[in-house]
Amino acid sequence: MREFATEVVDTDVLILGGGMAGCGAAVEAAYWAKPLGFKVTWVDKAAVDRSGPVAMGLSAINTYMGMDGKVTENSRMPERYVEYVTNDQMGLARQDLVYDIGRHVDGTVRLFEKWGLPIWKDEAGNLRKSGEWQVMISGESYKILVAEAAKNAIGALGDKGQLLERVYITHLLKDEKEPSRVCGAVGFSVREDKFYAFKAKVVLIILGGAVHVFRPRSQGEGFGRSWMPPFLGGTTYALTLLAGGELTQLDNTFVPPRFKDSYGPVGTFFLLFKTPATDAYGGPYVGAYGSETDKWAPYSKAKPCPTPVRNYEMILAANAGKTPLLMHTELVAERIMKEVTDPKEQKKKLKEYESEAWEDFLDMTIAGATNWAAHNIDPLEKPMEIALGDPVFIGSHACSSGAWVCGAEDLMPNEYADAFPAKYNLMTTVTGLFTAGCGVGACAHKFSSGSHVQGRIAAKSAIRFANDQKGFTPTVSDATINKLKEIVLKPMALYEEKKGYTAMPDVNPYYISPHNFLFRIQKIMGEYAGGWETNYGTSDKMLETALWKLGFCGEDIEKIAAKDLHELLRAWEAIHRYWVAEACARTRLARKESRFPGYYFKHDYLKLDESQRKFINLKYDVDKKEWKVIERPMIPII
Amino acid sequence: MPSFVMTEKCDGCKGQDKTACMYICPNDLMILDKERMKAYNQEPTYCWECYCCVKICPQQAMDVRGYQDFMPMGAASTPLRGTEDIMWTITFRDGRIKRFKYATRTTPEGSIKALEGFPEAKAADLTNQLMLGEPDIMGVKELPTKKK
Repeated sequence: MREFATEVVDTDVLILGGGMAGCGAAVEAAYWAKPLGFKVTWVDKAAVDRSGPVAMGLSAINTYMGMDGKVTENSRMPERYVEYVTNDQMGLARQDLVYDIGRHVDGTVRLFEKWGLPIWKDEAGNLRKSGEWQVMISGESYKILVAEAAKNAIGALGDKGQLLERVYITHLLKDEKEPSRVCGAVGFSVREDKFYAFKAKVVLIILGGAVHVFRPRSQGEGFGRSWMPPFLGGTTYALTLLAGGELTQLDNTFVPPRFKDSYGPVGTFFLLFKTPATDAYGGPYVGAYGSETDKWAPYSKAKPCPTPVRNYEMILAANAGKTPLLMHTELVAERIMKEVTDPKEQKKKLKEYESEAWEDFLDMTIAGATNWAAHNIDPLEKPMEIALGDPVFIGSHACSSGAWVCGAEDLMPNEYADAFPAKYNLMTTVTGLFTAGCGVGACAHKFSSGSHVQGRIAAKSAIRFANDQKGFTPTVSDATINKLKEIVLKPMALYEEKKGYTAMPDVNPYYISPHNFLFRIQKIMGEYAGGWETNYGTSDKMLETALWKLGFCGEDIEKIAAKDLHELLRAWEAIHRYWVAEACARTRLARKESRFPGYYFKHDYLKLDESQRKFINLKYDVDKKEWKVIERPMIPII
Repeated sequence: MPSFVMTEKCDGCKGQDKTACMYICPNDLMILDKERMKAYNQEPTYCWECYCCVKICPQQAMDVRGYQDFMPMGAASTPLRGTEDIMWTITFRDGRIKRFKYATRTTPEGSIKALEGFPEAKAADLTNQLMLGEPDIMGVKELPTKKK
């Protein structure tokens, strides 16, 4: 086994993750750290310029209020945003956290504009809203701009600012004098034989959501064509859980209704172009199953209809044999031709529609464009199929998975206070550990802008905490670091030790590859826990079976082998996903109703039960190997 | 839809410690074969077809071919990324071609000074709810609150 160097990094503020929320955290951390003389260390497993789900770009900013009224339509205040998010998540949202996003998000979008993001505007300079919350952008370079700003801010700290790319975080460190407190993290370089240990006064874990816990629809070459990127490894949830933190709503996975297989986005088609969608026979599927979906009133009756109910209509259409469902992009062209009679103007309008329709895909899901072209479909002439995809844990989207965190002091209801002995906005239930973006649960509909602003809120709050704890020095012994190093590198050691046993090392009775380990988790989750394989249906019996089988995966973690650094990365991603799978199945088992029917439903509890309008939270005791379910009440602030 | 490297065009970024595609790939897929000085995608089934490698390649040696488990062959989306816009050429399976150009940024590359133009932060302000540039940047007089 090769020798790995150990590098210990002492810092004040440790930011883990360089996605949208991580970049927000870096900018705001640099701003507040400067006058205090704090050192900020920022770690990303990839290159910040193109890391996280915005790597490919985006065609819209989905969270913008327009509180100043300078929007083409739909100027909103945070109260309405809170109402919208709560209803979309079937009556369950941490309204204090959602409100906090709403009141700050316009500032972050104005920063994007200042940095150079092309936001669509009318002649008067009003931002062009395509829906209640969405503003249109030409966002191919969205992440590059946001990363450039963050790197510039960290750079302005001189030798007190540090960015390490291509370092994968595997564990959080607990303080040995104050054992309930997180005081750092460990990980390894995916580029050189080096193990890192970071010690800090405060840690922000902003490592995104989790994809590839459920099995993707495409499993051949298209395995990586999940809707959200396959590099979301669930590290935020897993490490928060293993540090003793409380997670919430891990049953609530987002299931993306998208153009089938390519996962081209549908939002702009529905909102901006008002594109009709139908079942295979030309009839509407939206609103077509009232006798079923009415059972989810009052939420299903509100406008807009919540995502889990809209999805459920697609499930019901599939059950009725009415697929493929179709997005009729060609009918928008027909409408333009009918409405605009002047030939020159008509041609201009059609060109505009065509260009904007393609841009929607090319800015954020290029496969969608290629898939049109590969099927010889010109969207102005023919419809394209839409379908539900594989469930993902993405607390920044129409999804509530994440950590249970403290709210702002002027917003959080007193009923939530007991979980947070120290009241710092966006601190998890673990002292010294903050999160944002996909990491924050029960706070859906942040999207890119809301994640960025939440990263900023978390960073300011974390620095306030560090400043209040100036005298704190992390205590982590060398023995602990060496032990973790051995655990982290074990997959490579095991491979070296056993690979010679078989003539072809891929098949070996002494170990399992990260890929095969992941496949096993995905098969269990997909077939028993409510994946597309069962049309998103599950039951207590199926979940109990999932947990029994996942238990073997848990035991087999120590048999995972990695032949190189790249596979070591895959090994740790798969291990983190295992913990997310466990947490999801356990939360689904605990919820005795089908509150989010288009995300997952339970055959044995196929109804909404308002007596269960509660957050279902989960904790894990690493020493005792015990799970604990905690119910938290829904306390509205509006 | 995995990325691929055209053998003829790739120069391995001329023996620098890492190639542009290795630097940028968000999923750590690109690797350099130092003997041939050619980069390649070491794990095509984990490719998200984000085109970050295609867009950054200084030799335009990279492209993406549609995932074969659902895309009929013959189509392509090919970018040419400049400093302020991006040009896309879409080739249909049946040979039709469409071309689109979109803006990417309104400021020169590398020109962002994130903290400039804002008053310096003060430790005393750590306890309030205001962040960089707020509330002025939002065009409102004060930050909304629900103070009880």
